[in-house]
Amino acid sequence: MGDGAAQTVQVEFEKDPSSYKHWRVEYDGGIAKVIMDVDPDGGLVPGYELKLNSYDLGVDIELADIVRRMRFEHPEVRTVLLSSGNDRAFCAGANITMLGQSSHAWKVNFCKFTNETRCELEDATHNSAQIYVAACNGTTAGGGYELALACKEIYLQDDGNSAVSLPEVPLLGVLPGTGGLTRLVDKRKIRRDLADVFSTTAEGVRGSKAVKWNLVDGVFPRSKFDAKLQARAAELAAEATAQINAQDGDTPRQGVALGRLQIELSGDGTTTSRQYTCVKLECDTNTRIATLKVRGPSEADLALVREGPAAIHAAGDSVWALRAYRELDDALLQLRVNHIGIGLVLVEVECDVARTIAYDQALLDAGDPAKHPGSQAWFTREIVFFMARTLRRMDLTSRSFFAIGAAGTGWGGNLLELALASDRFYLLDDPDSPVQVGASEINWGPLAMSHGHHRLAVRFIGEPDQLEALRGMNGEVLGAEQADEAGLVTMLLDDIDWDDDTRVAIEERVSLSPDALTGMEANLRFPGPENCDSKIFARLTAWQNWIFIRPNATGPEGALTLYGRPERPRFDWERV
Amino acid sequence: MTASTSVDLNAKIPNNVGLADDTKLRRALEQWLPNYLEWWNDMGPSDFADKPVYLRTATSVSTDGWAHYDHVRMPDYRWGIFLNPREASTSQIRCGDDAGKPAWTEVPGEFRNSLRRIIVTQADTEPASVEQQRLLGHMAPSLYDMRNLFQVNVEEGRHLWAMVYLLHKHFGRDGRDEADELLNRRSGDVDKPRILGAFNQPCDHWLSFFAFAMFTDRDGKFQLAALAESGFDPLARTTEFMLTEEAHHLFVGQTGMQRIIQRSAQLQKLDPNGDVRAQGGIDFDLIQRTINYWFTYSLDLFGGEVSNNAADFFGSGLKGRYREMKKYDDHKAIGGTYRLPHVEGGVLVDKDIPLRNALNALLRDEYVADCEKALRKWNKALEAEGCSVRLTLPSTRFHRHQGIYAGHLFNPAGELISEQEFEANKHRWLLVPEDNDYLISIMKPVYEPGKFANWIAPPARGIEGQPAEFEYVRL
Repeated sequence: MGDGAAQTVQVEFEKDPSSYKHWRVEYDGGIAKVIMDVDPDGGLVPGYELKLNSYDLGVDIELADIVRRMRFEHPEVRTVLLSSGNDRAFCAGANITMLGQSSHAWKVNFCKFTNETRCELEDATHNSAQIYVAACNGTTAGGGYELALACKEIYLQDDGNSAVSLPEVPLLGVLPGTGGLTRLVDKRKIRRDLADVFSTTAEGVRGSKAVKWNLVDGVFPRSKFDAKLQARAAELAAEATAQINAQDGDTPRQGVALGRLQIELSGDGTTTSRQYTCVKLECDTNTRIATLKVRGPSEADLALVREGPAAIHAAGDSVWALRAYRELDDALLQLRVNHIGIGLVLVEVECDVARTIAYDQALLDAGDPAKHPGSQAWFTREIVFFMARTLRRMDLTSRSFFAIGAAGTGWGGNLLELALASDRFYLLDDPDSPVQVGASEINWGPLAMSHGHHRLAVRFIGEPDQLEALRGMNGEVLGAEQADEAGLVTMLLDDIDWDDDTRVAIEERVSLSPDALTGMEANLRFPGPENCDSKIFARLTAWQNWIFIRPNATGPEGALTLYGRPERPRFDWERV
Repeated sequence: MTASTSVDLNAKIPNNVGLADDTKLRRALEQWLPNYLEWWNDMGPSDFADKPVYLRTATSVSTDGWAHYDHVRMPDYRWGIFLNPREASTSQIRCGDDAGKPAWTEVPGEFRNSLRRIIVTQADTEPASVEQQRLLGHMAPSLYDMRNLFQVNVEEGRHLWAMVYLLHKHFGRDGRDEADELLNRRSGDVDKPRILGAFNQPCDHWLSFFAFAMFTDRDGKFQLAALAESGFDPLARTTEFMLTEEAHHLFVGQTGMQRIIQRSAQLQKLDPNGDVRAQGGIDFDLIQRTINYWFTYSLDLFGGEVSNNAADFFGSGLKGRYREMKKYDDHKAIGGTYRLPHVEGGVLVDKDIPLRNALNALLRDEYVADCEKALRKWNKALEAEGCSVRLTLPSTRFHRHQGIYAGHLFNPAGELISEQEFEANKHRWLLVPEDNDYLISIMKPVYEPGKFANWIAPPARGIEGQPAEFEYVRL
């Protein structure tokens, strides 16, 4: 079963609040309440009922939209109280029937997206002083507790009944793979032996023991729960307000609406094209190759950001950087979920390198509160945070990316990141069609990868001199040969070799095992020390995805397969 | 109270579980006992602690030991711990994948959490009902009824003991923590409610008490009977013994309701307009609403009609079907389905559920059949009184808060209806606050031996052969 169900559904990631089926959001000054109230009949795919606030991809797409809009449209919000509208459960986690009926690819994509959403919650807490607090007013199980773990603080109703739990191992034979295990020990720093007991106790832990083990930050009786949470939310809001006022002054932040993306779809039987204003994604199911084209800022775009934060704020969602990266983000998600046959993505960037470098500099200046006191500089910074998240999404996309620096392309500043995020960078060396490359200040930190290091540092982890030299050339426009000498290029090809060598490289790539490539790329893309976020994707997810294909989970007698059915699982006891 | 010596404790607690020689168990109970007595004083029957009550005490499991009658003050009641004796050869896993293998005498690690959950959920209902009923002594319709109430209360207390014994004996520190929690939750408390819904409903007067003992305790009977088929031998034997006491509670409920019904029929005849209320009795519409209310809340106690837990518990041999060994040959029940109407697109559609997942519904069916028997008796009593009224059970879909019908609206016949229709009729179908006001207004205590309140008929016979005018409670 399963495989069919996943692929017959075309998933759209663009949402707006009027279309939410599963969430309510209430705004009250500096505090927002995000209330999960999942419509049991509102599943994305037929065949399961979303009982007890369990979720599927559709539920999480709405949550991601809420988190994103909160930052752009409601910048006045300092504390976000996450609670449940269900009278028994806070959240029962991912819907098990949904997981049981889904293909492996669907499960992996679902987990990856939900993981990214949880990281976005944390990103909002750290970077935008929007503090997420989990108000667990009922059973908080599995993915429900993992959602709470992504919040800065967790409070649990103390009614002798409500517990937090990670029942995946004992009940389902899989892992709490949405960050659960990692955040237990790496974020909340729960002692590993207690984490072991907790993660194998299906019914979980409640009350004072949950506090003692640091599974939650506090418990309150039911009658006082709302009032206590409200008070804590107000405290946190006051702290966060003081923090941002110290940086930005106390000018009230005014929200910026995110309108719908402009998308034109076309295609025939085997090719589809998704044309945005700055981005175009073309997929060919025959060759299993996609082309992702991104166009850089225009003179007018540059002029706008040079006017400073007020002008940028006034331009809102039409600002090139926000528009282009929203489009890129949507294209990447489309690629992941709706085009799973595509193995290789050819990335092509068209930009004026000098202009893009200048654009980046103007953008960073406009976001600097010291230079623009009392302005809406937060919005510009928010755009940069968004660019960073989109690029991280690309790092975490399990497709081969080749940056193709053909005639007519240019790779500057933030758009150079697309080449740095790619697995290889082919560059044309042709004096008649010069292709330029150049780094800007934005390449040196603001767009860091999920493990916290920027892509240049990662690229030159073993060549500090090379990195140092490149730092000296920051802001310069480099020719193809210079770029190659600087170590930015995988293969520099002249016009005679270009066509044939790139063709052979592409054909070779698409002939290799997609699984091996996914694993290889995930390993090679992230040199350097890990952090909590990257461990979730690298370690937890990798183990989860292995367990997902093991018979003990998904075989005919596997625990995940049989959950909810009359038969009980039978395990192959061999330790592998 | 000071800590008891082992000798004291063993004498105080009648048991057949070797308490005298079990240091670990004794130590656990020694710590728990003072808290239990404190709970009993706070939450047990109010204001009657010093009154001798004609109570039955189980002092051993032998035929002459399980029903020992005497006047006892309730706090001095000897709450005992008993396992039903059983032939070793019959102690086998009775259901599920391992049916036929020897039963577990110790908790198997893999099922420890499930078993603890089953036991805690069952245990939590025992003190809950005592809490719900604590004020009823003040409006008892007779000393006979008061005695029955207190008998039920002390036995629910003993059932708590029985479950606490299992937690203390077999579940280590967690078990002791859970046993403490059982004394911390309170029926209807907004912060620490009892686990199951029906046990947080108020029980303000004797009609509710009788209905509770009739319908809600009867759920207990079927849960206990299912646990008596457990492969965990101590649980099976404990619950088997509890069933003998539970039978008396059901008797109190069923005959209490029947005596009210009988009396109402008599009052209807007495009144020139056939108006039961004009005669200070309980009219049949109100009785029917009471049945509708308590029956449906009690159905919720069976859990969801389609349940993974039920399948798991059965599959792993922890909880069987009603009379698993007597009624069934195939104890694995791996094939087979159960047909259940589901709401889909605004209509009821039959669906076949794998049998193991439908075991809550199956147990509930046994319960409904048992309730129907009582209804037939009541209707026969009405017939005997020459009354044309007949009482009925509502559909199992009506007024549900658990399972597949929760969130949908049905009339008592089980037909899907609109919210408008439900709202317009619910005062005819379910108890309303005015019902309570009326019932409390007529429930004045009757403390004179042999006398009964006007709204209830005397029982056919007394307790243990005693006459109706016997002083069941010495006030």
